Amino acid sequence: MTNSAVLVSGLRVVRGGTEVLRDLSFEVPSGTVTGLLGPSGSGKTTLLRCVLGVQKIAGGTVTVLGRPAGSPALRSHVAYASQSASVYDDLTVVENLRYFAAALRVPAAEVDRVIDAVDLASYAGRLTARLSGGQRSRVSLAVAMLGAPKLLVLDEPTVGLDPVLREELWALFHRLGATGMTLIVSSHVMDEAERCDRLLLLRDGKVLAQETPDSLKQRTGATSMEEAFLRLVRAA
Amino acid sequence: MNPRILLATARRVLTQLRHDPRSVGLMVLVPSLLMVLLRYVFNSGTAFDRFAPALLAFFPFLLMFLTTSVTMQRERTSGTLERLLTTPAGKLDLLGGYGIAFSVVSVIQVTLAVLVSVWLGLSIAGSFAWLLLVALLSALVGVALGLLASAFARTEFQALQFMPVIVLPQFLLCGLFRPREAMADVLRWASDVMPLSYAVQAVNRVTRDPGLSTEFWRDVLILAGCTIAGLSLAAATLRRRTD
Repeated sequence: MTNSAVLVSGLRVVRGGTEVLRDLSFEVPSGTVTGLLGPSGSGKTTLLRCVLGVQKIAGGTVTVLGRPAGSPALRSHVAYASQSASVYDDLTVVENLRYFAAALRVPAAEVDRVIDAVDLASYAGRLTARLSGGQRSRVSLAVAMLGAPKLLVLDEPTVGLDPVLREELWALFHRLGATGMTLIVSSHVMDEAERCDRLLLLRDGKVLAQETPDSLKQRTGATSMEEAFLRLVRAA
Repeated sequence: MNPRILLATARRVLTQLRHDPRSVGLMVLVPSLLMVLLRYVFNSGTAFDRFAPALLAFFPFLLMFLTTSVTMQRERTSGTLERLLTTPAGKLDLLGGYGIAFSVVSVIQVTLAVLVSVWLGLSIAGSFAWLLLVALLSALVGVALGLLASAFARTEFQALQFMPVIVLPQFLLCGLFRPREAMADVLRWASDVMPLSYAVQAVNRVTRDPGLSTEFWRDVLILAGCTIAGLSLAAATLRRRTD
């Protein structure tokens, strides 16, 4: 058993005749917060869906927690929050969580814990449709946190959040990482890269870099992540 | 199948409905109001007696088809379906949960419609309970076909377009307008494979015949079979891995 939560090798995905992911290989070490960064359209969501095992792939292998991605045995251990909040708008926050807790066979006591963790306790009884965009995505995040999965896959969880909340969420991600949970967090905002333990830079369906933020800056001689990314693109 | 997830799904669907009182009101009241309308369109007790039973089978079928196909389509577009398919929940836990929740609504809907029809002068020779059973099965066939149709629609708009395709031919061929035996052979064969024909046939048997015939039970079994077949086919269209 290796120490990587996710191991991807030679991954290819073709959608509608175009190659979206091209011969991708990388690994995500256990217990880290790994940032998946890249511009819109670089294939981030498709890659995350591969890790989850819901994307048809054209070639290569995706191994998650030692098993092929999408294995039934992984369903209780891998959780996902998609970019648009996948929750029921016509249920209240607590009703959403109670239902997903039942689907995940997780004790009902978990519901209060995750609502607190995403700071929505004062909105628990409110209809999800009446929440702001940021609050809705936190409901979706809370659903993903139910039952303490071993791997948490989050697609752009901080989009549209105010800086204070963003800060809080990143602190939460690191607290979760400290408990041994592995997180993959995607973002198209380069300054969020600094907050990750490790980075995976994606562009046009290819991995540009996989390393720590510090080593990336050192290697490229850049002072900001934005600049580091630009230098990598130009060098490629 | 996991009974806990199945019941949680049914409860969730009912909770969603509870937050939408306008839709519930429409679902429960519209069939009854249409029966009133029908009674005075004919303006004759005899004609009402002839046509009303078939409509008691048709309305739940139609309304549940519509409700289910749109609700399921919404579940697909909102991403909640995909999320559920990454959990240990089984496909039949989800579809069965929908079936149970909408059965509850159908029972209320049909009970009211039957009571109103009786008040309007419909005579029922058989038992009220068997009439309810057939109407409920008809609603469940609607649920199963609605779930299946939603698999072939990408938007709620498209889901609605399946209504005339799947529901209207069954309505025209179910024996309401002309006895099925009097139709052209090809149409009669077509009506033989349409579930609504058996629902209408069974309702007519209950309202006209005080005893229960073997034919009645055959119709009931066919309807139950169609429900199970529809749900299984719908489950087969739910893919955990998509493009």
